Amino acid sequence: MTTPSSSTTDPVLSVRDLTIRFKARGRETPVVHGIDFDIHGGETLALVGESGSGKSVTSFALMRLLPDARHCTIEGQVNIGGVNLLELTERKMTSVRGPKIAMIFQEPLTSLNPVHRVGDQIAEAIRYHRKMTRAQIRDRVLELLTLVGIPDPERRMSAYPGAMSGGMRQRVVIAMALALEPDLLIADEPTTALDVTVQAQILELLRDIQNRTGMAMLFITHDFGVVAEIADRVMVMYSGRIVEEGRLEDVLTQPRMPYTQGLLSSVPRLEDAGLRTGALGTIEGFVPTAGNLPDGCSFHPRCPHARPGVCDTAMPALEPHGRPDHPVRCLRIEDIAASDMEDLSV
Amino acid sequence: MLRFLLNRVLQGAVLILIVSMIGFFVINLAPGGPLSQYAMTPGMSQADLDRIAAQMGLDRPLPVQYLDWLGNMLIGDWGNSYRDQSPVLDVVWRHMWATLLLMGTSTVISVALGTLVGVLGALKRYSIFDYMATVGAMIALSIPTFWFGLVAIFIFALELGWLPAGSMYTVGDQSLGDYLIHLIMPSIVLALVNVAIWSRYMRAATLDVIDQDYVRTAKAKGLPHLRVVSAHIVRNALIPMITLAGLQLPTIIGGALVTETVFTWPGLGRLFIDSLGYNDYPVIMGLLMFSAILTVIGNFLADVGVALADPRIRLG
Ligand SMILES: Nc1ncnc2c1ncn2[C@@H]1O[C@H](COP(=O)(O)OP(=O)(O)OP(=O)(O)O)[C@@H](O)[C@H]1O
Ligand SMILES: [Mg+2]
Repeated sequence: MTTPSSSTTDPVLSVRDLTIRFKARGRETPVVHGIDFDIHGGETLALVGESGSGKSVTSFALMRLLPDARHCTIEGQVNIGGVNLLELTERKMTSVRGPKIAMIFQEPLTSLNPVHRVGDQIAEAIRYHRKMTRAQIRDRVLELLTLVGIPDPERRMSAYPGAMSGGMRQRVVIAMALALEPDLLIADEPTTALDVTVQAQILELLRDIQNRTGMAMLFITHDFGVVAEIADRVMVMYSGRIVEEGRLEDVLTQPRMPYTQGLLSSVPRLEDAGLRTGALGTIEGFVPTAGNLPDGCSFHPRCPHARPGVCDTAMPALEPHGRPDHPVRCLRIEDIAASDMEDLSV
Repeated sequence: MLRFLLNRVLQGAVLILIVSMIGFFVINLAPGGPLSQYAMTPGMSQADLDRIAAQMGLDRPLPVQYLDWLGNMLIGDWGNSYRDQSPVLDVVWRHMWATLLLMGTSTVISVALGTLVGVLGALKRYSIFDYMATVGAMIALSIPTFWFGLVAIFIFALELGWLPAGSMYTVGDQSLGDYLIHLIMPSIVLALVNVAIWSRYMRAATLDVIDQDYVRTAKAKGLPHLRVVSAHIVRNALIPMITLAGLQLPTIIGGALVTETVFTWPGLGRLFIDSLGYNDYPVIMGLLMFSAILTVIGNFLADVGVALADPRIRLG
């Protein structure tokens, strides 16, 4: 079930029934269970969920950066420009990484090779994809470093990562990811490791670049404050499944799934926008580990609205329940909505 | 930088001094003594021996002898061999290039092959290749070098007659091809163990690097596999190997000892064995000093090399 926001154009990325299993000691453990979503050009889709819900694994699958088939199987479709990336050879895939999809990682401190100069690491991203002279590449590297707001790029390009702060390194990683003007940028918690001011700068930078280039963005985060800043649409993930999806305002102001409500409940209101913001609230209990999911809805053991005999029997589907652009995976959605009305009328 | 250099020179000097002291006293206190060679000559009386000892300065107290030897060594006079009276430095020098030829060839083989096997094993961890490389290394490490050398001589020299059984050249020939043919067996026999060691270390170093985040970043940039492996995996995995290589430098003398003996190769290892047999103390001391100096140089080169290869490390 997907809800494209601008259905007139083809989506940049279209994921269908993506299933990921890890193999260990002869056992296969599903970690992502048949997820679907689209992202259009110029759009930012936020992927939110607690630790271990499968966000990074999903993004690595899109880049085909997961361990090889002996350790992990990926099924379904990851379509970009009419091609299913999951069917490409590893060699063909190298020409997709960079110009089609690029990625910014969770850990700015370790994502750069400590023994190469940052300028060379950016140049390398260009050299293997474009026929450009050394001088042209150098100019492009300077241009990129300026774009991501690194002061004194002439000098910085010959620095080693070890001589840079976390924020600066993350900017270098961003410059690297943007070097080939990708159609889709995946950002896996790009600001989690950074302090708040730097975080705000990086978010603004990404938004800025997106406005200029019209690239699509898949933005993974824990932080609803960041979601409110950057996303057009939000997708909430729990134990390897999408449990709610919708436009930013809808999900933040009228969360339908008890899980999303729980995530948002302990988050203070942002006065001016009327949006909730801040880090994920904590919900009682733990995320079930992959391979040990409970019967029925994976969330029911922690859900305040769970009903025995209902929620522990069948896995609910991701369905509109009356709002086509805001589907949710919950069997008791009508009852919960009704009780909310009662709460309000009391 | 200057501080580093000064520090290192000082450290090296202290190390060499201590090694020379220990070496000198242990050798001279060991039973036999420098005169035992003369004592075996028929018709040699105690008076003759005393006279020779006085001539050689051996009647003086040991510390005085040591200081005398040390002073001379510092000005480049390492004494003369008891065997043929030629200067120790000349003797060491003459044998050194034979050892360098053998060690150099075998080191090139072991580093190249060991790196390749180690990296491939790590990239294809737990594959058939990796498994075979592991078993192969264990076998190579458990076969004594002399055994392998003798078997090789038996097969390729005696039975098949393809290769010469020993020595560095055929008397009267000495062409380049002749040297190469003589080099094949000893350098491969010597390389066998080193390939095994080097490939094991290289495999471990590669595995340390392979799961690093920056390797994933390199793949995410769309770099070709070969480039990821060479510039981001092997490049980083080689850094700890530089230290290992530095530690191996002084084993030039001892490392080839067995091989040189088996293949009658006229190198430093052979020189050492022969000198022990002759109680040729000046040469034994010379080799000891040479080994100590190589240790200092090896460590120094390794540290400089690591600092050059890894910008995170500063000399000092
Ligand atoms: N290489 C792997 N082998 C086996 N299991 C894995 C592997 N990588 C991840 N997993 C499992 O997949 C699940 C999802 O992990 P993932 O890293 O995608 O979570 P996440 O949502 O990104 O969490 P976080 O917010 O902490 O980054 C976890 O249960 C994890 O243990
Ligand atoms: Mg993650």
